[in-house]
Amino acid sequence: MATHERRVARETPRKTAVRPTAASKPAGAIEERDAVVIRFAGDAGDGMQLVGTQFTMASAAHGNLVCTLPDPPAEIRAPVGALAGVSGFQVHFSSHAIHTPGDRLDALLAMNPAALKANLPDLEPGALLIVNTDTFLPDELHAAGYASNPLQDGLLDSYRLLAAPMDQLNREAVAKVKLIARETGRCKSFFALGLALWLFDRPLDATLRWIRDTYAKNPVMIEATTRSLNAGYQRSAALRTPAVQVRVAKAESEPGRYRQVSGAEALTLGLLAAAHRTGLPLVFAGFPLAPASEILHQLFEMKQPNVKVIQAEDDLAALNLALGASFGGALGVTATTGPGFSLQSEALGLAVMSELPCVVIDVQRAGPSTGIPSKAEQADLLLALHGRHGECPLIVLAMATPSDGFAIALEAARLAIRCMTPVIVLADAYVTGGAETWRVPTLDELPAIDVRHAKPSAGKTFQPYGRDEHLARPWAIPGTPGLEHRTGGMEKEAGTGNVSYNPLNHEEMVQTRARKIDLAVDTIPPLEVNGPPQGDLLVLGWGSTYGAIAAAVERCQRKGMSVAAAHLRHLSPLPKNTGDVLKRYRKVLVPELNAGQLSKVLRDAFLVDVVSLSKVQGRPFLVREIEQKIEELLRNA
Amino acid sequence: MATATLPLLTPNDFSSDREVRWCPGCGDFSILSQLKKVLAVLNVPREKMVFVSGLGCAGRLPYYLSTYGFHGSYGRAPALATGLKLANPDLQVWVVTGDGDALSAGATHLIHALRRNVDLKILLFNNEVFGLSKGQASPTARPGTRTKTSPEGSFETPLRPISLALAAEATFVARTIDVDVNHMSEVLEKAAAHRGAAFVEIYQNCKIFNDGVFEYATDASIKTDTVIYLEHGRPLLFGRDRNQGLRLNGFEPEAVTLGHGITMDDILIHDERASEPTLAFLLSRLIGPHFPECLGVFRSVQRPTHQQLLDESFLQGDPPRLFEKLLAGDESWLVA
Ligand code: SF4
Repeated sequence: MATHERRVARETPRKTAVRPTAASKPAGAIEERDAVVIRFAGDAGDGMQLVGTQFTMASAAHGNLVCTLPDPPAEIRAPVGALAGVSGFQVHFSSHAIHTPGDRLDALLAMNPAALKANLPDLEPGALLIVNTDTFLPDELHAAGYASNPLQDGLLDSYRLLAAPMDQLNREAVAKVKLIARETGRCKSFFALGLALWLFDRPLDATLRWIRDTYAKNPVMIEATTRSLNAGYQRSAALRTPAVQVRVAKAESEPGRYRQVSGAEALTLGLLAAAHRTGLPLVFAGFPLAPASEILHQLFEMKQPNVKVIQAEDDLAALNLALGASFGGALGVTATTGPGFSLQSEALGLAVMSELPCVVIDVQRAGPSTGIPSKAEQADLLLALHGRHGECPLIVLAMATPSDGFAIALEAARLAIRCMTPVIVLADAYVTGGAETWRVPTLDELPAIDVRHAKPSAGKTFQPYGRDEHLARPWAIPGTPGLEHRTGGMEKEAGTGNVSYNPLNHEEMVQTRARKIDLAVDTIPPLEVNGPPQGDLLVLGWGSTYGAIAAAVERCQRKGMSVAAAHLRHLSPLPKNTGDVLKRYRKVLVPELNAGQLSKVLRDAFLVDVVSLSKVQGRPFLVREIEQKIEELLRNA
Repeated sequence: MATATLPLLTPNDFSSDREVRWCPGCGDFSILSQLKKVLAVLNVPREKMVFVSGLGCAGRLPYYLSTYGFHGSYGRAPALATGLKLANPDLQVWVVTGDGDALSAGATHLIHALRRNVDLKILLFNNEVFGLSKGQASPTARPGTRTKTSPEGSFETPLRPISLALAAEATFVARTIDVDVNHMSEVLEKAAAHRGAAFVEIYQNCKIFNDGVFEYATDASIKTDTVIYLEHGRPLLFGRDRNQGLRLNGFEPEAVTLGHGITMDDILIHDERASEPTLAFLLSRLIGPHFPECLGVFRSVQRPTHQQLLDESFLQGDPPRLFEKLLAGDESWLVA
């Protein structure tokens, strides 16, 4: 699981005194902090995703732990300067373990009035505010809905304002390079990045390397972006207020190789690791639907021998492609979201009936129907557990953090192969789009995945629906002489696999398929509790709420409250001790980004009257929202 | 795929132990027995053959063969089969489908398998009716067909499978008919030999719900006038005395009788290998009573298969990175 969970997590208060250090930087003053949350915001064309990613990279390389959340606009081409077109990227970097991209901002870089307007409510009083003053013109102010100029009307008085005419300074920086207007505009994001890197005392090398690689075929852009970056970095020192650098010390980490990884990357790497570990071919089929398409892109990007990636004609085709591949002896995988996942219900039924190993990643998004494509939600839980006709049990997992994608993909592959079943992995845009620091595993740390393709045994008639100790049927792949058999969506006779309409056989098969999934519980880890093993309150979460819950519970524990946290990564089957754990607490709080779906499941399975904390806004929980609920429940305990 | 040392197989080696459950008199029986004969001479080991099907009467066929089989959901067989080929390109994969399966629920999957030129043999049993669901109009039902869902006669315009396959860029497109066993063998063998997506429409009589709909093409007394057998490089002639033929008048085909100034030079010559499927499409539009219908190979051209293109594209661009390198990503750092 995520690296940071192995360490003792401590969130210490952030504010510390400004103290000058002997740093050689011209401005002189350096303020030390334990952690900073900064958001880069601008127009869709301002390159904020790039600035955010590069800033993250530099922070991670500097030795901080990072947790990020990109917030791209839903509209691909909103009018320039419009609120709908604001693109954001939030970075939380720290010298100690962190769980979330952060609730409130310690710093905001706003490239235009719309970006300021959209993000100012999240900025802490006294926080650092960096604005590009060149865009605070009548048209832009109007587009953002400002009646007067906030730079002049006192609105920003409670912040530490760093006002920089970035357009102009950037133009001066690249004046000597022959560029077209669009390229000059692109350079502006590097100017802003340079500014931010200086302010937070990050080195430039990682970005310079990236520039050299990215523009390898365009020396003019290397020259120009490098100039802009340096100009931002140096000019910031000469700017008037507040020329104070903020420094966040390196985190202490266990030895190893580290990188930052997004959830989509981690899932992709996990799938590739499963193929690598098992030697099985991996066939990935996907239809482009945001936000799941990022995984499809990553698979094309990380091309590997023995891995085939195909863009399917729709999501139903995608799962059929994956399933056909599984029948052929490969690991078939698809990733989808919202409407595509609904479409796949039919094929999931076929996968359950034909008992073939495949993995379906559902990057849940705000629904129903097209909903809000770019926004995260956890409202597919009941669909994943039950959304098929007939009695149709399968394995459901959920990833907890961006880096957990790696482990969860491997776990999904392991269970699919071991139990000969489809496995659904629930994710959402918050975890697949977010990124964090990750200790890269070495190859020998990868978990073993046992693959047993069936072999003919002399003198015995092959039983395609015979069962092993896990109740899994044999994976007999075409090309193997003597194991020719027919599978498919019709009810099978136990053992022979022949089509059967026999009522008792049907019931037996329904029960066998259910027992097979139940038995998987023996191979999954028990539910772990962080905090007192029994008492007043347990906060139980699943999926992407892990970070917010962990941070909230730790904060409350530091305040001396008796509260524990536990997190489900396996939702079907649930860990064996789930019921026992729930019954050890007087109250159980279940925060979910849906209308209370896990709560229903738990009440049904364990007759425990859990308290649901529901949020369905297409946004993740703020740590503070969970913290407040915990306090409220303990007050009334 | 084929090896020289294979034991000789007989059609019976391809029978499974399952009892065949089609209605007595169904055209599917004839197709199944012809298919087994063809499979026996393909020189492909039985374990390397897979039959993938969707729903409907035709979809049951894999159960009656002793090869590997996968009976999927309505219309999805081409997608299942494409995935299977991706997993193991060495397999010989057949798709068995019907007009309801391939053209109602599965039209999307069919056209994409064809355009990708996946190395599949796709057999579409066309009986112009939903059989297993007990008699409703199918997308190929000809106007006037009375069914449970078209009590006054079907009035929607039918799809023409051959035209659709050609429009979907299929590289092998043919039509045959259930009772013409020799013709069917010939077509199936050619389909099996084709590299890429081979699409074969088989006119199939549904004894129960649409009996006799293809009688004009099977009745020996009239079929010489109602059918043209396509032969590559040969003039498109028909009629008992082979004195009638097709010629072009502008963009319009005409059925003409030789003589009275019309000579063999006027008659169109069939060219299944033409790089553009224009002639094939024109032939796919011919239907009675004004024209004879074509049986045989409309189109047979070579284009790289999906697998070949995948392999080629893999070799382009940067070579794959070592998995360790991928794991570490572009930027990583060591903590000692
Ligand atoms: S319903 Fe028609 S197509 Fe189906 S088995 Fe009977 S005769 Fe054949």
